[in-house]
Amino acid sequence: MSKNASGTLLSVRNLTMRFGGLTAIDDLSLEVPAGKITGIIGPNGAGKTTLFNCLTGFYKPTTGTLRLAHPTRGEIRLEALASHLVARDAQVVRTFQNIRLFPKMTVLENLIVAQHNVLQRASKFSIAGIFKLPGYREAERQAIERAAMWLERLKLTHLADHAAGDLPYGIQRRIEIARALCVDPVLLCLDEPAAGLNPRESAELNELLLYLCGELGIAILLIEHDMSVVMNVSDHIGVISYGRKIAEGTPEQVKHDPQVIKAYLGEDEEEEVAGGAAA
Amino acid sequence: MAYALQQLINGLTLGAMYGLIAIGYTMVYGIIGMINFAHGDIFMVSAFIAVTAFTLLAAADVTSVPLALTFVLIVSIFFTSAYGWAVERTAYRPLRGSTRLAPLISAIGMSILLQNTVQLTQGARVKPIPPVIQGGIELWSTPDFTVQIGWSQVLIIVTTVVLMTAFTWMITQTPFGRQQRACEQDRTMAALLGVNVDRTISLTFMLGAALAAVAGVMVTVYYGVVDFFIGFLAGIKAFTAAVLGGIGSLPGAMLGGLLIGLIESFWAAYLSAEYKDVATFGILCLVLMLRPSGLLGRPEVEKV
Amino acid sequence: MSAVVFARHAMTPAERLRDASWVAFVGLILGIPLIGLTTVDVGGRLAIETRFGVLAAGVVAVFFGRLLLRWAVDQARNRKLERDRASTASAAQRASGTQKVVSTLGWLMLGASIALPIMFSDNRYVVDTATTVLIYVMLGWGLNVVVGLAGLLDLGYVAFYAVGAYSYALLSTQFGWSFWEALPVSGALAASFGILLGYPILRLRGDYLAIVTLGFGEIVRIILVNWTELSGGPNGISSIPRPSFFGLDFSRSAPEGQQTFAGFFGLDFSPMHRLIFLYYLILVLALLTNLFVSRLRKLPVGRAWEALREDEIACQAMGMNTTNIKLSAFAIGAMLGGFAGVFFASRQGFISPESFVFTESAIVLAIVVLGGMGSQMGVVLAATLLVLIPEFGRNFAEYRMLLFGLAMVLIMVWRPGGLLAHREPTLRLGAAGKEGAR
Repeated sequence: MSKNASGTLLSVRNLTMRFGGLTAIDDLSLEVPAGKITGIIGPNGAGKTTLFNCLTGFYKPTTGTLRLAHPTRGEIRLEALASHLVARDAQVVRTFQNIRLFPKMTVLENLIVAQHNVLQRASKFSIAGIFKLPGYREAERQAIERAAMWLERLKLTHLADHAAGDLPYGIQRRIEIARALCVDPVLLCLDEPAAGLNPRESAELNELLLYLCGELGIAILLIEHDMSVVMNVSDHIGVISYGRKIAEGTPEQVKHDPQVIKAYLGEDEEEEVAGGAAA
Repeated sequence: MAYALQQLINGLTLGAMYGLIAIGYTMVYGIIGMINFAHGDIFMVSAFIAVTAFTLLAAADVTSVPLALTFVLIVSIFFTSAYGWAVERTAYRPLRGSTRLAPLISAIGMSILLQNTVQLTQGARVKPIPPVIQGGIELWSTPDFTVQIGWSQVLIIVTTVVLMTAFTWMITQTPFGRQQRACEQDRTMAALLGVNVDRTISLTFMLGAALAAVAGVMVTVYYGVVDFFIGFLAGIKAFTAAVLGGIGSLPGAMLGGLLIGLIESFWAAYLSAEYKDVATFGILCLVLMLRPSGLLGRPEVEKV
Repeated sequence: MSAVVFARHAMTPAERLRDASWVAFVGLILGIPLIGLTTVDVGGRLAIETRFGVLAAGVVAVFFGRLLLRWAVDQARNRKLERDRASTASAAQRASGTQKVVSTLGWLMLGASIALPIMFSDNRYVVDTATTVLIYVMLGWGLNVVVGLAGLLDLGYVAFYAVGAYSYALLSTQFGWSFWEALPVSGALAASFGILLGYPILRLRGDYLAIVTLGFGEIVRIILVNWTELSGGPNGISSIPRPSFFGLDFSRSAPEGQQTFAGFFGLDFSPMHRLIFLYYLILVLALLTNLFVSRLRKLPVGRAWEALREDEIACQAMGMNTTNIKLSAFAIGAMLGGFAGVFFASRQGFISPESFVFTESAIVLAIVVLGGMGSQMGVVLAATLLVLIPEFGRNFAEYRMLLFGLAMVLIMVWRPGGLLAHREPTLRLGAAGKEGAR
């Protein structure tokens, strides 16, 4: 985790994604700076989640390039990688709009599973693991420590041994972020992390995002409808509508962009979006 | 050439029967998303009912073939639908909303139960009945081979076509069909809109059983022998047909049935009779690997 | 349909009677074609035979059975409601209580299974049945990896059992390999079959996977029936050598220059020695399997299996190679099935395709699901139940499978989550300081 890195981390160039006749993303270009929070907003169905799916290897883009300037591994072309390699080798990790935890496993287990690749290597095809060799035990101890650290940071320690699926919605959102952090991301992609959270939880989320980015230097790409989150934490915002980028800039710029207001509210209802955004 | 034509006719006949059974699988899978493992055995039960009914008629000296067939069809459809209803009611409905595996296990148990009930009550031996429909039309005669289509084959193909038409009409045009399709797409929403979901599911099972009953009567007429184990293979092949055609799709089930029937009879005629089932399963694997949604099924877009 | 009432409130006697009458009526309809009427062969032609007496008795039995059942169910529900109201124990406390009961039960069963052949040392039937139970326990533990942990629905498990059995049979009869030499080779062969099957069907999910694996099982069986040169066809392979006790045979007399088990230990020859030896052999194999699977479950690969069962897409998003995870589950499950097959072949001394039909796969799957997916103790309970329930009907051998099918349906309806649905975490934060994995 390099602190205060600068320059462009991810550059999306001319990305297009078609499903049959439907064009979900249309010639989209976007820069995600390192060590900053980039917000992506847009009306429902604008193609935000599709963008994430292309980024993280779940969809193969129809055309376009996704270049990641990895701090230690050089340039990586994300569009060429299978989904698990995006997380493993490019360290681009995501969460899901409709929370995908391992519901019957405990919170701690969820966080340990996220460190699968490290542990699997240490278990040497499970042989070192079966005989509990010291090398594996050390790796496991470190994995638990790491999980415990994130649990502590996200105030989840007291829930560590509960089945993840039994916990309230807001907590599940936090667990999903904690789990993603255990993969050691260079770029963290959050798909509507504030959906279903109450105002207090949203405020906590803001704090967390600023901490992750400011203190740990993790770049964050954030899809969010909750303007109080996006506007307050983002350094930079891209606005998508019908698969195209219609505006880009600082929260202040975006808030007053006539294109954006039009996309959200139709015409002539300027006051309302400004009011909503300021809330 | 003549030989191939004969195989085509035999394959279509076989396929029509697989198709009828496959519809039961496809409808049930469509509406509650489970493999009704006992469906093959429902078909087997219907064949036994047909044997009993034919024997009753013979004892009563009924000689008119159309009359006999109508009677046997009605009796068989009635009792088999009752079995379809009862199986759903006892083994599947209590498990609705639990894990995906629970109804499957219960269905396998039901299949074993039905097989053994029939074996116990009707005997383990093969039941032969005297031919009901004899003769046929000679289509084409060459010096060394005569292509023939039996009247029973004509009956099977015609009945299947008629039933398919009626069925398609029912699913697309009637209130029940609308309810059925609504439940298939979203059961909760259908219930909120006042569709009696339990009743619709029950009716779906009964309809599936009724079609299986027709297939059972046809098999009895066509082969003239029945035993308690015929449900297993027929069931698996019909399910293969449903998957091949695209599960949830009625025309797909019929198409899949015909293809399986054709593959089976051509494979048996030209390659090897022993490995004809291997061919069926091999094709199933291939289709699923290359086109998991089947031939006519809608591809499932993976929601992430 | 509306006549069958599942009301939460207490039913009035009239409602109970109506309910029971309706069920009896359904029973009558269902009974007419199968019980009331049957066809018998009279001089080459079928004739009708009626059994209306039996049918009537059956309908009356159904009527009163329903009344009784309804009443019992209501009683049980009321009691449960009261208990729930009275009990203030949290879910977590109850879970740890269950865990304690389960582990105590486990030790008791282990003790009983070690003592069993000593207590019944001259009861051939008991030892034989117990051996059968243990074979199913071992198969269940093997399939538990695939179905219970990794969540991959496999209906063709018997194929790997067959691969193990036939490879031991061929290695021993054709090349003179001993049990212990053939065991690892046969296991490896079964594992390769697992990978061979697993590879093409990686993309399939749920029920599609089930039907393809079922097809695979049938293909293996059909090949065994038809490839006579290899497998002996429907006649199978006979005179498969039995395992020996460190080179000592369990026969009455040994060939020149060798000793028998009885002779070496100065015992009188008894056919029970071999049976008891076989029993302990499968017990050891099964316990090793259990140890192996329980360990794996607490390793990255085991947690990956469970994560795969829970959410495949999330696994990918965490950087896990789901292909490898699935293949490892198939391979290990298949290998354990292969080991069980080797033991089966050596115990029977004769194998044929008859032993590897779909019903076997269904029984093993039922054991896993009835036990409670992923629960090792559940497998033991379910295997014991499913093997023993039909044994109670052995005086009426023909009712065995009927009872078996009925038990499958009833247990599933009664407990859809399986007998032991509780899942024990693979590690706890509290215990982490001392030791990560127990």
